Amino acid sequence: MPLDREELLHAYRVMKTIRVFEERVHDEFATGEIEGFVHLYAGEEASAAGVMANLTRDDRIASTHRGHGHCIAKGVDVRGMMAEIYGRTTGVCHGKGGSMHIADLDEGMMGANGIVGGGPPLICGAALAAKVKGTRNVGVAFVGDGASNQGTTFESLNLATVWNLPAVFVAENNGYAEATSSRYSVGADSIADRAAGFGMPSVSVDGHDFFAVYEAAGEAISRARDGGGPSFVECRVNRYFGHFEGDAQTYRGPNEVEDLRANRDCIDLFRVAVTTSGDIAQADLDGIDSDVDTLIDSAVDEARSAPRPGANDLLTDVYVSY
Amino acid sequence: MARTITYQQAINEALDQEMGNDPSVILMGEDIVGGSGADGEMDAWGGPLGITKGLYPKYGDRVMDTPITESAFIGAAVGAAASGLRPVAELMFSDFMGVCFDQIYNQAAKFRYMFGGKAETPVVIRTMYGAGIRAAAQHSQSPYSIFTHVPGLKVVVPSNPYDAKGLLIQAIRDNDPVICFEHKSLYQTEGEVPEELYTLPFGEANVVREGGDVTIIALGLMVHRSLEAAETLAADGIECEVIDPRTTSPLDDETILESVESTGRVVIVDEASPRCSMATDISALIARDAFGSLEAPIQMVTPPHTPVPFAGSLEDLYVPDATKIETAVRQVAGYSR
Amino acid sequence: MRDPEIHRLTMPKWGLTMTAGMVVKWLVDEGGEVAAGDELVEVETEKIASAVEAATAGVLHRRVADEGDTVPVGGLLGVIAGPDIAPEQIDLIVEEFAETFVPGEEAVTTGGPSTQRVQVGDRSIRYLALGEGGPPAVLLHGFGGDLNNWLFNSDALSTGRTVYALDLPGHGESSRDVGDGSIDTLAGAVTGFMDALAISPAHIAGHSLGGAIALQIALSEPARVASLSLIASAGLGPEIDAGFIEGFVAAERRRALRDELQKLFADPALVTRRLVDDVLKFKRIDGVADALRKTATGFVSGGAQSHYLRDRLGEITVPTQIIWGEMDGIIPASHAAGLPDSIETTLLPGAGHMPMMEAASEVNLLLAGFMERAAVTP
Repeated sequence: MPLDREELLHAYRVMKTIRVFEERVHDEFATGEIEGFVHLYAGEEASAAGVMANLTRDDRIASTHRGHGHCIAKGVDVRGMMAEIYGRTTGVCHGKGGSMHIADLDEGMMGANGIVGGGPPLICGAALAAKVKGTRNVGVAFVGDGASNQGTTFESLNLATVWNLPAVFVAENNGYAEATSSRYSVGADSIADRAAGFGMPSVSVDGHDFFAVYEAAGEAISRARDGGGPSFVECRVNRYFGHFEGDAQTYRGPNEVEDLRANRDCIDLFRVAVTTSGDIAQADLDGIDSDVDTLIDSAVDEARSAPRPGANDLLTDVYVSY
Repeated sequence: MARTITYQQAINEALDQEMGNDPSVILMGEDIVGGSGADGEMDAWGGPLGITKGLYPKYGDRVMDTPITESAFIGAAVGAAASGLRPVAELMFSDFMGVCFDQIYNQAAKFRYMFGGKAETPVVIRTMYGAGIRAAAQHSQSPYSIFTHVPGLKVVVPSNPYDAKGLLIQAIRDNDPVICFEHKSLYQTEGEVPEELYTLPFGEANVVREGGDVTIIALGLMVHRSLEAAETLAADGIECEVIDPRTTSPLDDETILESVESTGRVVIVDEASPRCSMATDISALIARDAFGSLEAPIQMVTPPHTPVPFAGSLEDLYVPDATKIETAVRQVAGYSR
Repeated sequence: MRDPEIHRLTMPKWGLTMTAGMVVKWLVDEGGEVAAGDELVEVETEKIASAVEAATAGVLHRRVADEGDTVPVGGLLGVIAGPDIAPEQIDLIVEEFAETFVPGEEAVTTGGPSTQRVQVGDRSIRYLALGEGGPPAVLLHGFGGDLNNWLFNSDALSTGRTVYALDLPGHGESSRDVGDGSIDTLAGAVTGFMDALAISPAHIAGHSLGGAIALQIALSEPARVASLSLIASAGLGPEIDAGFIEGFVAAERRRALRDELQKLFADPALVTRRLVDDVLKFKRIDGVADALRKTATGFVSGGAQSHYLRDRLGEITVPTQIIWGEMDGIIPASHAAGLPDSIETTLLPGAGHMPMMEAASEVNLLLAGFMERAAVTP
């Protein structure tokens, strides 16, 4: 189903928010003010935005260690996310999760995940819950090319088929699992081809192309909703930053990222597509850019001035009751 | 209260009644139905020991066979729990935890804390543990202390049919992830069990036998071995108080300490490997909080630090028995500075 | 009786599940004179501690069981006889007993007393029936109790009459449905029970809440009641330890419940771990907490009894007695004062809210005596 003007503007806002959020975190991380590990999603925005444009709030996703983009696209509060990354009580996880564990179950976001391949089994569970409850909701597991090699992913693809679950597995293949190329670590010509071994339809799309992702994911998600069982979507993407902040990316080819930014940037491609074909003007998008800049500025300012959790917070929320 | 059933029947009844009580309870596990996809009967097994027999005919698709892929189905149980169901997953042998540990240890256990208190994961994992049936090193372990070590998990080790039913219903209703360790040699033991649904709170030890001379702390099958030893010792005038903590997380420190304060002498009996175990944990607790009451060094009766052997002649040497417990108690009872 | 002069003091069976008891303390020295009803020896079972009384007067010639000994039900504790018996004869009696006594034989051969069930409307009521003869006696336990509250009494009262001890709705193993939880509803369940078993008229003894129910029945259906014995009864005034009721309902764990149960007894040591565990087992059953809460609101509200019939005692036509423990901490013994002269009143020193357990022999004598006299009074 083609997207209407509002939906297109929303998709742009999502992608732009992710981009500005990630670039800002990159800059702020360099100042030393942000602690721990952060894994940035910049460059892959069309994948998150394209998949999530097919989901409702009650659908569920499980994310990866590179989860900021999925969170934003699924509707998690951006200010709360920034505060979480800064380790503040106002963070969506009250400063107890950090970048790698941002979750908001009310928004259907079951968590970024520090374990590569941690999410697919969980999404089988979310999909099972939808099936048992008869809600027509779906579960979407995001994995990378790295997790596409994990046993948990294989087991989950199998289980999803065996139980005919309303689940979709989206493999965001950005070419690198940490510092190792998928050309080395993936023992198959195509990640998407693996799905056939589990009796599941699959497709591989250019993940820089929002519309390609939107359509491929849409087909898979509709099939799941209609009781047609699980599907697999490979999005071929690229990340602009390193595996984590501080990664000098010396394993990447010369000018690899510069070329991508100049020629294959998903946001640029989206702008061109919507301003040439539809009734969306550059000015509409510029207005969103300015909103987003303001939002991220204020998110950072709020996060910086928010209190840090203290001794009282250390012991809470281990159990519901103990 | 006159009705007597087995530990196995008590577990089946708890699952049956709570499924009848709450439509969000589902069961999954390897061969817990038995016959899925085959040409013969469904419910052919009801689990390898028949614990879940009869539930599929009654509850249909809410009782699901799984492929032998522990990570996927334990993870699915966890994910379903975080999505509004109350799944009870059966992990056939607790030794298989190794295959799916991440989904328990990094996912289920940590959701609530990592997500700032916004997740509830009411999953139950039932699993069979313990030595004694010549099942060798990969089907005989007692790894409850490994899970007790993990914040966010609750761990239940019932020793009798009454506790098995009440603790399992509590586990299902509990909003935190719970691992239930069922000793394979206890399934046929009998006891009085109310026909109605009831719950037993976690973190309340059972004083199985009262006595003023030596405190024995034991879990699961070891409770029975300890009682056996206590009877022999009573004939010689040594009265043992036998405490069954029933849950290792939470642990009822208070009952243990109260008893030690009155006896001053302690033997801890644990079927698990001796290092970093419930035995060492409880010893440390007593040494820290009841040091002034101790009149003898704490004794631990455990297997040696080896895998569980296969040959009957070896396994019988491996598992603590009443004689070893008796010896330890006599040593503790007779100790003077 | 092999020799009317010689009494073999044996371990009693208190309640359905008792198999043995431990001798805690002898209260009489060897050679001491005893009267019938004197407490001779303190015995502790896993559920409860109590004293074994002398059934006959005489001299305690021999203490066979030592303090600390665990003796099976029916086992020999001591020998009481006339003052002139020769020590050799006592030796013979002890020897003979040791040779012939088989522990547990009684339970095995008779099957022991066991509870039964009867359907009363939509409810299933559990009860224990002992003895034969009439008019029968019906024993009504108090709030949170069950038929085992009468473990020291039901057997003693069953000489020459059938004794029915039942679990009130919501209690013990009877149905959990207590309707609106009111005294009227519970009284209706009891009369329904009596109809179902064709028990009428009956001597009704009620403890605490059970007393209020008995009183209600005596007022509304006097023809069913041969006599009324009210023990530490509710329904005679506004005062009650509402904190106990609340605490009892709320207690989910052993320590909290133990603290509450100890309030029932003058001697808190009577509350054994097993007693607490048994009450906890009951309280943990689905539906019990709701039933208790509802029942509590049926007779207590705003910290006081809401259903009391003191002003209507004058209307009661059946023989009535009142028994109270002077040290009752739940419902004050002052409720036994200032009642119509026709009501026989006995205060038991040293007893708390559970005189039928704490002063079992006195209560048994009072109940049996009163029932006998009431049976012959027109």
